[in-house]
Amino acid sequence: MERISTICPFCGCGCGMHLMVESGRIIGVEPSPGHPVNKGMLCAKGWGAYEFVHSPDRLTHPLIRKDGQLQESTWDEALELICGRLTGISARYGPDALGFLCSAKVTNEENYLFMKMARAAFKTNNIDHCARL
Amino acid sequence: MTNSICEFEDADLFLVTGSNTTAQHPLIGSRIINAVERGAKLILIDPREIPLAAFAELHLRQNIGTDIAVLNGLMNVIIEENLYDRQFVADRTEGFEALKAAVSRYTPAVVEMITGISAADLTRAARMYARADKAMLAYAMGITQHITGTDNVKACANIAMLTGHVGRPSTGVNPLRGQNNVQGACDMGGLPGVFSGYQPVSDEAARKKFERAWGVEGLPAQAGLTLGGMLEAGRKGALKALYVMGENPRISDPNLGSVDLALSSLDLLIVQDIFMSETAALADVVLPAACFAEKGGTYTNTERRVQLTQRAVTAPGQARADWEIIADLCRRCGLEAPYTHPGQIMEEIRSVTPSYGGITHERLSKTYGLQWPCPNREHPGTAFLHSAQFTRGKGSFQPSDFTPQGEATDQDFPFTLTTGRIYCQFHTGTMSRRVDLLEREAPEPLVEIHPEDAAKLGIRKNDLVEVSSRRGSIRLKADVTTRVPRKVLFTTFHFHEAQVNLLTNPACDRTSGIPELKECAAAIRRCP
Ligand code: SF4
Repeated sequence: MERISTICPFCGCGCGMHLMVESGRIIGVEPSPGHPVNKGMLCAKGWGAYEFVHSPDRLTHPLIRKDGQLQESTWDEALELICGRLTGISARYGPDALGFLCSAKVTNEENYLFMKMARAAFKTNNIDHCARL
Repeated sequence: MTNSICEFEDADLFLVTGSNTTAQHPLIGSRIINAVERGAKLILIDPREIPLAAFAELHLRQNIGTDIAVLNGLMNVIIEENLYDRQFVADRTEGFEALKAAVSRYTPAVVEMITGISAADLTRAARMYARADKAMLAYAMGITQHITGTDNVKACANIAMLTGHVGRPSTGVNPLRGQNNVQGACDMGGLPGVFSGYQPVSDEAARKKFERAWGVEGLPAQAGLTLGGMLEAGRKGALKALYVMGENPRISDPNLGSVDLALSSLDLLIVQDIFMSETAALADVVLPAACFAEKGGTYTNTERRVQLTQRAVTAPGQARADWEIIADLCRRCGLEAPYTHPGQIMEEIRSVTPSYGGITHERLSKTYGLQWPCPNREHPGTAFLHSAQFTRGKGSFQPSDFTPQGEATDQDFPFTLTTGRIYCQFHTGTMSRRVDLLEREAPEPLVEIHPEDAAKLGIRKNDLVEVSSRRGSIRLKADVTTRVPRKVLFTTFHFHEAQVNLLTNPACDRTSGIPELKECAAAIRRCP
């Protein structure tokens, strides 16, 4: 069994924990004993923080709406479509016809890159997230 | 937060307002309880009898939406009784006379009329807070999710500066941030008016710096639209495409009916998420993302602690980390994005973001994180802010007046509906509702109603009721309890079965754009 260090995803406290991994699956969590925020404790949400990871409902393929239905596609097709449509809308209506919502749940690196994409690639400051909610 | 979470252990007094801390920040809540058991005092200002109330020396239950009157009233007592910190006010602040004049009208008698808090309790709370040695003020969405949210926040800062309760260990003003990386999303410039590190897009020098770093020209100088503004532009047809990464505005936003209208008016809706959320179900393109356990990267908690996580397992199917998806898309759209590891992105972040200047994955991997500001590689990070001076030099008092702002109740909608969160669920429930333990504890939505109101309407515990506002209605079960005051209803937004945001008021704070989720006029009746 491996112990991988991570941070609980369920609130802004940021408790330190280890994910216990066996044959590619997470089988439990363990609070980090020395962590200054939680000092070896977790709340009920933290103890359950890994269960959704292996949920059968996870999205596993890019989907594109065709004939009104979301249908499985490939990364190539999905990303080419997005790039083409965003560029097209921007050329026709101006960059501020685009909006970007980043996330209070993903990493700093991802939020930074997303904000860079909105501003540098698409030249719009229409970027926000659900911090106010 | 100006302070660190562990500093809660050593405070002498807590003033907690608009935060159901044990539910929303359990590990901070338990520190407050431990401190109280050791002898610290807790003053709670909250309309509901939340679990912390059992530990409070004083529980002030104000009428919903009257926070400014309460805080002004406290400050008035503190000034009238000469309990403020003269030295601190003289050395570190400006605008005291204006504050004094502004709060002088808020005598305990006047405040009692507006807020329902007795003059005696108000006076006692003011004395306790002012006289404490190490006083921690903590607040959350109960302060910010109002039309007057910005003024509420300023009033919290005013009272802390007035009493010198800032800039020391276990002494400060602590807004508790809800989701795991709200702080980081803001720090990284996920806001319409600023780049990472809160560098304004309107500042030419900042724009030039980012243009050089990113190898582009012509970054826009005008602040963009907030989320609410984007939805409005969507409804009006001015916004044509929306790219949503890891958010679910169809559950979390006020007045959902009009959110749906905005989303369905778009030419293109892209949603990148780990589950088929309610928002993803409307999308034209859905991109499957890796979750926190399937990628590496950093998150910044409510005490500004930047922490590194490691990949534990591989993502299901073809799902990819959000950063990999964005980098791929950037390259296809002609923007260089040569990243093969999130650590390289952090190197770029620190080169353009002074407060993150000393933060590297390598350093983080050897510590329990670093608290920004951390300007260089030798810097140990910053446990509490404003010790010698405020960001702007002197702290300036910015008083504001109480004006009734919420949606008025009337004969048809005689109740005030307020919303919040519970211990066992998280945000819109896409993750937490898939955790068995949490579903067992909190499997269904409930609306809280006071026993007297319930009796008048013939509602008993667990009866199915319909709650409606001027915008919509939902059905859910009733919880008859004195946790809520008379004429107030409370429920949460975790459950898609009863989407309370079909009812809430989309009116926003003018400055911050935060919606009024804590107050709207509503009616309730028993379903036949
Ligand atoms: S364990 Fe509980 S208190 Fe800690 S981060 Fe997770 S949800 Fe928050």
